[in-house]
Amino acid sequence: MAKRIQTVDLDCYYGDFLAVSDINIDIEPRSVTAFIGPSGCGKTTFLRTLNRMHEVTPGARAEGKILLDDEDINAPNVDPVRVRSTVGMVFQRPNPFPTMSIRENVLAGYQLNGIRLSRSEADNVLERSLTGANLWGEVKDRLDRPGGGLSGGQQQRLCIARTIAIEPDVILMDEPASALDPISTLAIEDLIHELKKDYTVVIVTHNMQQAARVADKTAFFNLQAIGEPGKLIEYDDTTTIFNNPANQQTEDYISGRFG
Amino acid sequence: MSSQIRSRANSKPQGSQQDPDGRKKPEDMTPQTHQKSRLDSLTAHRKPTWTWMAAAAGSAILSLLITLVAFESFSVIGFGVIAGVLFVGSMYVVSRVLEDRLKATDELWRHLVWTSFIVALIPLISVIWSVVSQGLPTLISNPGLLTADMAGVAGADDIATQNEGASLQGGILHGLVGTIMITLMASVISIPVGLFASIYLTEYGNRNAFSRGIRFFVDVMTGIPSIVAGLFAFAGMTLIVELTIGSSPQALQSVKTGFTAAIALSVLMIPVVVRSTEEMLQVVADELREASYALGVRKWRTIMKVVLPTAMSGIASGVTLAIARVAGETAPILVTAGYVAMTNWNPFSEWMTALPVFIYRQLINPTAPAAGDPSTARAWAGALVLIVIVMGLNLAARAIAKYFAPKTGK
Repeated sequence: MAKRIQTVDLDCYYGDFLAVSDINIDIEPRSVTAFIGPSGCGKTTFLRTLNRMHEVTPGARAEGKILLDDEDINAPNVDPVRVRSTVGMVFQRPNPFPTMSIRENVLAGYQLNGIRLSRSEADNVLERSLTGANLWGEVKDRLDRPGGGLSGGQQQRLCIARTIAIEPDVILMDEPASALDPISTLAIEDLIHELKKDYTVVIVTHNMQQAARVADKTAFFNLQAIGEPGKLIEYDDTTTIFNNPANQQTEDYISGRFG
Repeated sequence: MSSQIRSRANSKPQGSQQDPDGRKKPEDMTPQTHQKSRLDSLTAHRKPTWTWMAAAAGSAILSLLITLVAFESFSVIGFGVIAGVLFVGSMYVVSRVLEDRLKATDELWRHLVWTSFIVALIPLISVIWSVVSQGLPTLISNPGLLTADMAGVAGADDIATQNEGASLQGGILHGLVGTIMITLMASVISIPVGLFASIYLTEYGNRNAFSRGIRFFVDVMTGIPSIVAGLFAFAGMTLIVELTIGSSPQALQSVKTGFTAAIALSVLMIPVVVRSTEEMLQVVADELREASYALGVRKWRTIMKVVLPTAMSGIASGVTLAIARVAGETAPILVTAGYVAMTNWNPFSEWMTALPVFIYRQLINPTAPAAGDPSTARAWAGALVLIVIVMGLNLAARAIAKYFAPKTGK
């Protein structure tokens, strides 16, 4: 499991508009990497290219190499759907499937793909994933209740359980705690700490304290002006980024003197 | 010092209750007199709660008198209109006098909205009332209407019924069967086509020129007059029959079938299914589609397993309403399926009668021209059955919507 991600000269487009340009980054396996930067700088766009979700938007495409342990997942002959089952994603707003129970939500990656699990296999996956998402104790007595009945924080952990159920190599998180209260945020952050034992975790966040708390390495993205492409400004250990950044823009951003 | 400030504060009630240092004196924050006038203003100018009852009773009595004097006899419509106008007007005046202008305007609009609601309800209730009151006694005294058709019923039977009190002959079974078979066939054609078309529009079309074109023509088709749909189906089937079977009179006779009527109804039904389904699919959050894609699920399975189930409640009720809408069509079925007196279960051969066509024919061409009452009674019974079917479909739509609605467990 847990694979390394490298991008080489990656450009992301929406139609003719170059949204993110020239990203070269090397993300360590079994680590947490945070993407920070102002709104509109392309953090989320870049994150979505890493599991080929970017191209779901009509007209969107990415050029360059995305190496997942030396295998280019952005190559033209690669099936994007298969990429997504190795690079999982958790979204900004909790999005459990409203028609499914908690159990069905966790097993959705199998059920939706038509993979039949035996009862005992399914139970194993269910318990492992929910335990991995720190949710087992809270929901084990009501697995057949609808997933939409959980609180926002629980729903987000259910979505994380759904993602780790299919055992991806990498988990991408797009502001996973921005719609949650501080207690639920803490639960998600604790969970991210545990997930990095088994997975490569990449998280986009607007909360710099959160980046400082959870991330081993931090990447700062910025754009020069509206209409210009976003760029990777600085990428280093989180402590370096927050205490001793090499770039003036990074220092302005993390100290709140930005713009 | 303190009394000096207090006297100043009382003489200038607004914004001057401060000592020279700019600090507010706690005892000056809520002067007794000020508090009292605030309380007064909250309870003052309220009309008593029984005002509307008094106004309603007064309007009713006055209206009764006016109606009796002006029309010299009691008239429900005159009474209702005059009473309504008097009530709305008097409530406005009372509110204007006892309360204030804004409150009175607010009340005026509230009463106007309520009045429009009641006016809108009148035709609905009177339609249901007239159909039930005319149709139900016939159905109760002649339950055989539901299991018999008009085959073999002659004018002499109806004359016997009207003049000698013989039991009502014939029935509406052929119409019932025709309506069910034709609507079923139309649904079998329209639901898959409409469903797939709307899936194309929302999931695959990406608002390209082709999907915009389809959407435009679907909108145009929703406004198509139903007789045009009937003529289209008739002309289309005639063309097909001429090309395949030939143009002999027998061959052309075979154009008029329940199936041709079903095609005509499909022309009316498909746009309704497409638009209602498309709206329901657009409501499904993109986040759910993305959640499914992010699990490595392919597009078609995402649509089948995530998008459609999430939208199913709205789709099912939209489809059921579309069925209800075409079940009551008359003109297109009359041109395409003709009119027969016997029950025909086969939509692919021979003519077929639908309930609305049966009702129309019984009223326009009574079985016994000299004794129309039995035909009228059968027509009202048929109308009642038709309304029950359409209402049943509406209730089914609500039940389906509730059954499929995403559950939150709360």
